[in-house]
Amino acid sequence: MTAPAIDCHGVSVRFMTERRTVTALEDVSFSVQSGGFTSLLGPSGCGKSTLLRVVADLVAPSEGRASVLGTTPEDARRARAFGFVFQDAALLPWRTALQNVELPLEVGGRRALPPGAATPRELMALVGLAGWENSYPHELSGGMRQRVSIARALLGGPRLLLMDEPFGALDEITRDRLNAELRRIWAETGTTILFVTHSVYEAVFLAEHVLVLSANPGRVAAWEQIDLPRDRDLSIRDTAEFVAIAARLRAHLGSVH
Amino acid sequence: MTTISSNDSLLTPREASIKAAEDVFRSQQRRLRIRRWLLPAAGILTLIFVWAALVYLFKVPPFVAPSPQLVAVTLVNKFDILMANLLPTAIEAISGFLLGNVTAIVIATVFVHKKSMEQAFFPVVVLINSIPVVAKAPILVLLLGNGMEPKIAIAALVCFFPTLVNMVRGLESINPQSLELMKVLSASKTEIFFKLRLLNSVPYLFSALKIAASTAVIGAIVGEWIGSNTGIGALIIQSTFNFDSAMLYATVFVGSVFSVSFFLVITLIERLVVRWQPITPT
Ligand SMILES: Nc1ncnc2c1ncn2[C@@H]1O[C@H](COP(=O)(O)OP(=O)(O)OP(=O)(O)O)[C@@H](O)[C@H]1O
Ligand SMILES: [Mg+2]
Repeated sequence: MTAPAIDCHGVSVRFMTERRTVTALEDVSFSVQSGGFTSLLGPSGCGKSTLLRVVADLVAPSEGRASVLGTTPEDARRARAFGFVFQDAALLPWRTALQNVELPLEVGGRRALPPGAATPRELMALVGLAGWENSYPHELSGGMRQRVSIARALLGGPRLLLMDEPFGALDEITRDRLNAELRRIWAETGTTILFVTHSVYEAVFLAEHVLVLSANPGRVAAWEQIDLPRDRDLSIRDTAEFVAIAARLRAHLGSVH
Repeated sequence: MTTISSNDSLLTPREASIKAAEDVFRSQQRRLRIRRWLLPAAGILTLIFVWAALVYLFKVPPFVAPSPQLVAVTLVNKFDILMANLLPTAIEAISGFLLGNVTAIVIATVFVHKKSMEQAFFPVVVLINSIPVVAKAPILVLLLGNGMEPKIAIAALVCFFPTLVNMVRGLESINPQSLELMKVLSASKTEIFFKLRLLNSVPYLFSALKIAASTAVIGAIVGEWIGSNTGIGALIIQSTFNFDSAMLYATVFVGSVFSVSFFLVITLIERLVVRWQPITPT
């Protein structure tokens, strides 16, 4: 048995401000197997981003513990075991697309690419942006910027990819296309993916498992396995199985209010 | 790229219409560019004409206000004297500009790294800045004597504050997600400073430098008003005492041309350095 990619045990997170204390997460336990694609679904403000930040060592849990690829989140971060994709792409405007993808090689101790890992140019091609290497972020569309940030997160071949509503700000057509491409990238790279979204359709289409969080405080409301074929295209969203799964998840979301 | 464009007869109707639209667009752009120069020039010419007309119609005596022709003649005849006085002012303004801005950048860097320093000394900076230049100038003349030093110090002081404020803002106002990205990548504080904060502050710095380019010249001139025999400031005072209005206007003109040129040089450098933002048409 290999260690699970992510293992959270009784994780609670409280944010204290002068005016009140917010319990963002309460007693959240779940684990994600290596190689899986898991969606994290829940209403706005239920603590999805917070949970992802706990896993990424950006927020320390107030109670409980998280382990990532068999170690603490901190060690996993130092070992560059995971990549993180932010909602607004977070590209540095003074760097070209390629230079943005190369950023991880220049900070955190100037690491060299591990042998056999894809080069920045190969990753640009993987996300469908060959030929755009020398463009600045302001010359790219929102969808292209998000592709660049995915390529950057994939640099060095991380075993885990954490994505916080990466397509939330995009139009539906672009979003659909990137959803399909993300499935392909997942299949090609074999990376474990934890994907935050508040779209039921996106969660079901992308993932093998969906973790549903309820709001105020954020608790695990359901853990659903998605029994859809591994090879999917967007038309699967019109099948009866898909609609049934989506309806079941929506019921979980509805019952928590 | 293709050979088609070299031979118009081979164009399909669709390509031809695109080409026609491009030609129209380009000639429009050319007209817009010319208008951008022509209209301000027309404005300035109108001003000069109204000025000449007023002086002529009301028979304003030359010791009150000169005619534009008289100023032009003075500019040519006294060119040597004007340039000899521009030189010290330019040296003071440019030295003060460099001194004030470099100090501001260094202090902003310290403030961003040591919050306690910012909390302790930012109020002091605000306090000093609230003293008007004309009040600071005599104090500095007493402290630094009659040479170029007090003028450089005044020019530096007036540049210092806007640059400090903008630089602190530029170093601190980084996208929170970019900062989280750096943490995910285990970047050190030094790396975050050089790869993120410093580059983020460059556009902020240049908007401060453009202000500083004009205020440094003002600072040097104000410094020369108090105890100086050379420089644009001294010449302004002398020609006022002599009721030599033509010389006064010519001096002011030379000072403005220098100040505007200084500003344009900074703008040019900004265009060369900051290439990552869409260039806004000016
Ligand atoms: N740094 C912080 N300080 C104080 N409160 C915070 C902080 N970060 C998050 N919170 C609070 O924790 C709760 C969960 O926030 P979180 O961002 O994790 O929600 P989310 O599920 O990602 O929402 P969304 O879908 O809108 O992104 C919210 O009530 C939020 O106000
Ligand atoms: Mg969120």
